[in-house]
Amino acid sequence: MPEDRDAAMKFFTDLHLCPHIGRMDQARPLIEKSSELGYDAVGISFDLGVMQREVEELRDACNTFGVDLVTRANLMPRDSSGLLRNLRVLRRKFEVIAVLCSSKAVARQAAKDRRVDLLSFLSTDTRKRFFDSAEAELASKGTASVEIDMAPLLYLQGSQRIRLLSRLRKETQIARKYNVPIVLSSGADSPRLLRKPDEYAFLSYLFGLDFPNAMRGFSENPKSIVERNKKRLNSSYIAPGVYLVRRGKDCPDV
Amino acid sequence: MRQRYIAARIESDQTVGERDFYNAIWASILRLFGEYGASQTEFGLVEFNPEKSQAILRCSHKALDLVKASIVAVTEIGNGKAAVHLLLVSGTLKSLRRKLPSREKD
Repeated sequence: MPEDRDAAMKFFTDLHLCPHIGRMDQARPLIEKSSELGYDAVGISFDLGVMQREVEELRDACNTFGVDLVTRANLMPRDSSGLLRNLRVLRRKFEVIAVLCSSKAVARQAAKDRRVDLLSFLSTDTRKRFFDSAEAELASKGTASVEIDMAPLLYLQGSQRIRLLSRLRKETQIARKYNVPIVLSSGADSPRLLRKPDEYAFLSYLFGLDFPNAMRGFSENPKSIVERNKKRLNSSYIAPGVYLVRRGKDCPDV
Repeated sequence: MRQRYIAARIESDQTVGERDFYNAIWASILRLFGEYGASQTEFGLVEFNPEKSQAILRCSHKALDLVKASIVAVTEIGNGKAAVHLLLVSGTLKSLRRKLPSREKD
């Protein structure tokens, strides 16, 4: 295995922790547990009107426990024009943009928009999981990855879990066929639902995702999204492949 | 039949008894894989240490993936919320016991 890939495999990111923002007593144990279980970075989803103070509080908590904070926005637009409006405002404010696709039109728009990082679907209603071949083909031409939350596999029971496993099995096959990266996240709102990356990878055996690909879902795939977006959020970034190298007095006289 | 030995650590708000732990893993195997799947695991509890909240489990090497998934899927033991974390898997009890102290420090 090449050295850089090996390093990426050792850097574990959970892009979806779900503490109640503003309740540090709930957020701190989650971050502490993530650090204890071997995660190097955690993504926390913020409301669209989040205050800078709350972000800084969470960043301090992450620093205390030695994990990086990745700021994430969860978009839940009703239609594709709503999605475009949200993306225009929020893309430059958050490191990760996830779209919870509640309709097929939103899912299709999100898959082809290069500003979207993660395609998320409802775990409790499998009829609203729109990740099919057409969706995967659009996503494979863009930059979006499909996100799978693991916590519902722990707390759902009976027929709901059976339906979810069956749906995830199909989605995994489609994603692999079209080379759409799979990002595995905890989706946990309580420390008891958190597991180590390799433990979640064992759990992904239930829906037919093999161990190396599952580990990639917690390491290489989320890491590449975060690195790409950190570059984009840098003030020198102008467009893909175009960076500002000098400005003002640094420019030579012509 | 080749066996695999699994060391696991239990996290729970309540005190967990050996019987409750054993039943919780069995229930998880049955829920996820049914009686046919469970019959292939040759699952057993080798050792239970309530002070360290650790246990050593045994299963058939062919059913290792199935048993690991079932252990991770445990969310309740007895009447309390719980999580079971995997520490180590080994082919013999001797090597598991030799490697376990270094893994406990992690």
